[in-house]
Amino acid sequence: MLKDITLGQYFPGNSPVHKLDPRTKLVMLIVYIIALFSAVSWISYGLCFVFLILVVAISRIPPKSLLRGMKPMIFILVFTGMLNLFFYAEGTVLLSFWGITVTTGGIIRAFFMVMRILMLVSATFMLTYTTSPIALTDGLEALLSPLKKLHLPVHELSMMMCIALRFIPTLIEETDKIISAQKARGADFESGKLMEKVKALVPILVPLFISAFRRADELATAMECRCYQGGEGRTKMKQMHYCGRDFCAFGVGAVLLAAVIALSVFGL
Amino acid sequence: MSKAITVENLSYTYPGVEDTPGVTVFTDLSLAVEEGSFVAVLGGNGCGKSTLAKHFNTILLPSGGKVHVCGMDTSDPNLQIAIRRNVGMVFQNPDNQIVANVVEEDVAFGPENLGVESSQIRARVDGALKQVGMYDYRAHAPHLLSGGQKQRVAIAGIIAMEPKCIVLDEPTAMLDPKGRREVIDTITKLNKEKGITVVLITHHMDEAAKAQRVVVLHEGKITLDGTPQEVFSQVEMLHNLRLASPETVELCYALNQQGYELPLTELDPNQCAQILFETFKKQV
Repeated sequence: MLKDITLGQYFPGNSPVHKLDPRTKLVMLIVYIIALFSAVSWISYGLCFVFLILVVAISRIPPKSLLRGMKPMIFILVFTGMLNLFFYAEGTVLLSFWGITVTTGGIIRAFFMVMRILMLVSATFMLTYTTSPIALTDGLEALLSPLKKLHLPVHELSMMMCIALRFIPTLIEETDKIISAQKARGADFESGKLMEKVKALVPILVPLFISAFRRADELATAMECRCYQGGEGRTKMKQMHYCGRDFCAFGVGAVLLAAVIALSVFGL
Repeated sequence: MSKAITVENLSYTYPGVEDTPGVTVFTDLSLAVEEGSFVAVLGGNGCGKSTLAKHFNTILLPSGGKVHVCGMDTSDPNLQIAIRRNVGMVFQNPDNQIVANVVEEDVAFGPENLGVESSQIRARVDGALKQVGMYDYRAHAPHLLSGGQKQRVAIAGIIAMEPKCIVLDEPTAMLDPKGRREVIDTITKLNKEKGITVVLITHHMDEAAKAQRVVVLHEGKITLDGTPQEVFSQVEMLHNLRLASPETVELCYALNQQGYELPLTELDPNQCAQILFETFKKQV
């Protein structure tokens, strides 16, 4: 049952967006977020929206899966919408009850805020949907590598992320086995109040942790046997190269950011 | 022939925790493994098989005596990486030795650590995966493979480092019969075609029978050492050590107890059947 969980969802594909260098995509996400937060008007929001739609179209990711990813966001979206709608007073008053006023300015602002969150989350999804976890960790490591000079453990962090991703399915399988074993001995995980349910998790978590520690120990030995000695002097099988399409993407990103900032300076 | 691994008067004691005394595994063990040979190390639980294997790779260092790998002393910390580069190690649980979440990335892990050039890594990875017959699975996620396939990926990860010697610590203990056969066939092929020295630690007699030499460990001492035929024909001795011979030998031995005079050196089931057939035919 736990096997259905997909983490770091990645839709393999061959589109230009998939083929972009992971570093480019990470930088583009940051540029896009800055652009989103600098946007103040219909035109600049429209630009950001058009850009997102273009990326989705080029990547050939079904928009449905993007929408499905939004489900957990509904609460935050509604909450933000309500807050802006009821407590932002500007423009003509449309409704007024119990001391709360709904204004035209409030409606517009609420719409902008909801759109901003939606676009932000969609853009992040586009990154994880089109980039394999391993490429993503490699890209992060490469982007953060200047921080190595400050003695930050960049390589170690990306190695940890990589191993964590590798062991998620293994540990999920193990959890499944432990649950079955405890059920076979009469453990009850379904009935009872919330506190009882939480307590019932203890006999699952204890063996899971013990086995995770044992695995970690064995993995460390195996890695040492394969001459692992940290990031120093390590090479990579797949080297990352920027190519034409990466520069193209950077160009589009720069234009988008410049346009949005220029528009906000002129107050449009 | 030169020696790939030599163990001289090895003694080893696991350090005790706080006040408890340590556990002594070896007091005086000597062993030499010829270059290019296929040696199986047999023994019951707790006889020191795995401890011995860890000495070949500088994971454990001798408390006394010396271990030399390809002429290098394992107790010299400066030689540690050079030794590990020459002696690859495969462990029991395939899940706990695969690092990356794509098969080819995992095979590349060793050469990447050694600082091999990118284009060369590609060639090594492809070559290693082809040798273990997993090339078609290079883009797969390891957790979706069967146990035998995972273990073959682990072996490929070792081959890609181009070691002279591979030590396998019960590589088939967690596998089903099909996976076991895949792994053993791969090892035998590597030994024959590539001339890689193989030390196979196992408690499956039929796997040991595939080796050129069998060493039986008991309570930290070598009790039997010789070709599979020599070792397995000593059925009573093995029984005393709570071990058994391969089933063909055990069958002949049981028949000999009934008054037959069958050879105790036949390890191949078909050959054994032939001998039995001829023996019984004479009686009829």
